[in-house]
Amino acid sequence: MKISPKKPVLAIGPLHPLQEEMEFFQLTVDGEIVTDIDVRIGFNHRGIEGISETLQFDQVPYLISRICGICSASHPLAFVQAVEELAGVTVPDRARYVRTIINELERIHSHVLWVGLAGHFIGYDTVFMWAWKYREPILDILEKITGNRNNYGNVKVGGCREDIDDSMIPEILKELDEIEKKMDMLIKAVLDDPILQARLKGVGVLTYEDAIKYAVTGPTARGSGVPIDVRRDDVYAAYGELDWNVIVQPEGDVFAKAVVRLLETMEAIKITRQALKKLPGGPIAVEVKEIPPGEAMGHTEAPRGETFHYVRSDGGNRPVRHKVRAPSYVNVPSFKASCVGANISDATITLASVDPCYSCTERLAVVGRNDKVICDGKELLRLSRARTEQMKKQMGYKEGFKFE
Amino acid sequence: MNSLGQSIIELLLLGFLLTAVVGLVASWIVRKVSAKVQYRVGPPFMQPFYDVIKLLGKEQTIPEEANGFVFCLAPLVALSSVILLSTMLLRIALQKEGYFAGDVIVVLYLLAMPSLALILGASASASPHASIGSAREMKLLISYELPLLLAFTIVLIKASGQIEQSQLLSLAALSGLKPIMSISGCLAFLVSILCIQAKLGLVPFDVAEAETELAGGVIIEYSGPLLAMWTLEHAMLLVALPVFVVELFLGGFDSIILGIIKYVVVVVLLILIKNTNPRMRIDQIMKFFWYYCSPILIIALVLAVVGNFLGIGWL
Repeated sequence: MKISPKKPVLAIGPLHPLQEEMEFFQLTVDGEIVTDIDVRIGFNHRGIEGISETLQFDQVPYLISRICGICSASHPLAFVQAVEELAGVTVPDRARYVRTIINELERIHSHVLWVGLAGHFIGYDTVFMWAWKYREPILDILEKITGNRNNYGNVKVGGCREDIDDSMIPEILKELDEIEKKMDMLIKAVLDDPILQARLKGVGVLTYEDAIKYAVTGPTARGSGVPIDVRRDDVYAAYGELDWNVIVQPEGDVFAKAVVRLLETMEAIKITRQALKKLPGGPIAVEVKEIPPGEAMGHTEAPRGETFHYVRSDGGNRPVRHKVRAPSYVNVPSFKASCVGANISDATITLASVDPCYSCTERLAVVGRNDKVICDGKELLRLSRARTEQMKKQMGYKEGFKFE
Repeated sequence: MNSLGQSIIELLLLGFLLTAVVGLVASWIVRKVSAKVQYRVGPPFMQPFYDVIKLLGKEQTIPEEANGFVFCLAPLVALSSVILLSTMLLRIALQKEGYFAGDVIVVLYLLAMPSLALILGASASASPHASIGSAREMKLLISYELPLLLAFTIVLIKASGQIEQSQLLSLAALSGLKPIMSISGCLAFLVSILCIQAKLGLVPFDVAEAETELAGGVIIEYSGPLLAMWTLEHAMLLVALPVFVVELFLGGFDSIILGIIKYVVVVVLLILIKNTNPRMRIDQIMKFFWYYCSPILIIALVLAVVGNFLGIGWL
């Protein structure tokens, strides 16, 4: 990267202590003020959609729960909902409740994780460590239910894999009470801290208009006063039968996003508790024999916003097209509205405030000048073959040559 | 032994060796106590020593576009001024009588040297991160120097009634007094704790290094032995600055045990502030020191003058 003396560029990435994944923010700065921001992704593209098209419908949830280590319940759920819609399957009641419970527990641990990270990003390591300590019991509950702390692998087309044992429920409810107490303490400590307020209030404001314009989702949108939530707007799993609220804050700053996330953890605890108490009996899965040709889409409210999955089937046992759109993909561009004009210190916490997840967002596109695509699948294949030929030449490859 | 030889031995033993060892132990205490506050295990006792020793054996890279001479000189300047500073302070702590008369003005100059060297080294390293870091360090220096000088003036005013005029600038004479036993002295003590927190670059004033913003900021381009020097210098400041505060405000090291207790109390105060605050923005820090700390100290200054004039000791 060339740095011109007139426009100094502060590089956040590709590897930077601010983010645990690879991403590249180029902040054009004037002293301490950010005048422009450019976001580049694509450092760790794994070709999930391509791999997904080579797997059977039953194998895909296993793969896509690995899109992201945190949203490993919402991604597969969105996918199986799409396939179930395609196959016209009605999921048993118990499976719907189990799905709700796992998704809400995932939301709690994701939001608490964000609070900790946000603390770390503004140098408040005590909040970081405390929040992550309080997150542990939630992972323990998830392990108890599904066998895994992350990547639960608990949804399949037609229902769930693992059931919640009824004998576990009182124990889990007790642990939830403990967690609620601790969360209550943490929320009060974080939201009442005057220095945290001075640091976060009025910072990185994403206005209501900008939130609509950039079509942001999840807590990012709800923190800007846009009351959208897939759980309420397009009811899935058991959310329609439970009593809960959508948390909305109108301010649009980082503090509002923190408030939304913290209060959502309390709502999530409420939902989990109700779902555990109301858990109906019966089977947890129905058998799905065939997926008819056609296309369908499924979406869920992941901790970071709406996760969208599109599936097309030709009647075989594999999806012929599987498209994933993770929430960070729409949330990340909103930095253009919220970071420009801010101080560098404010810009970095604003970058973190949408809880960006780059493993979900990764895309590969090689674009030339004048926005003309100069590289597609065929071109990549040609490049790869040319490279192999070149290597053969370098190593003196001939017919009958053996690699030593 | 002639006085030159003695001075050199004092510089090496007292200023460098003792300060470095105590400083690294103190930085272990900072890390360990922070870890305990955060439910972590924390590093083993020898970790700060291992860090420095290992860094000394690492490869030294100097950025291509950097001004190599200034880049390498900066940590040396910082380290040598801290050695000189801690020799003076520890000499007074261990033995007040004798030929040595530490001058407070010299101490104040030496206190500013590490920050200036840091600014110099960062500016020479040809990195946008480091240049923003050095600009922040500069602003930081501007913001806390005024309250620090005011606090020091209060000590002088409190002392002027108690010791001879000719002894007024001698740290050895000043360290026998306890200005903290008065309202103005107490305020001055609290503000100087914040000032040395900023001088040490600890949270909430770690804007110049700001790991999650500037990825190390001022020291981003340093590696190997030069980084070891910065680490060592930072650890040694952890001795020099609290000892300076102890001598200026808390009556110094009247007995070794009591002195060590005072030192530990100051360090614990620093750790507590570090662990209960997020990093502030640089403009917030400037406002904090100029709009809050300085007016408070000006009021304290007036109190001290009035107290002296009327002969009321506790004002």
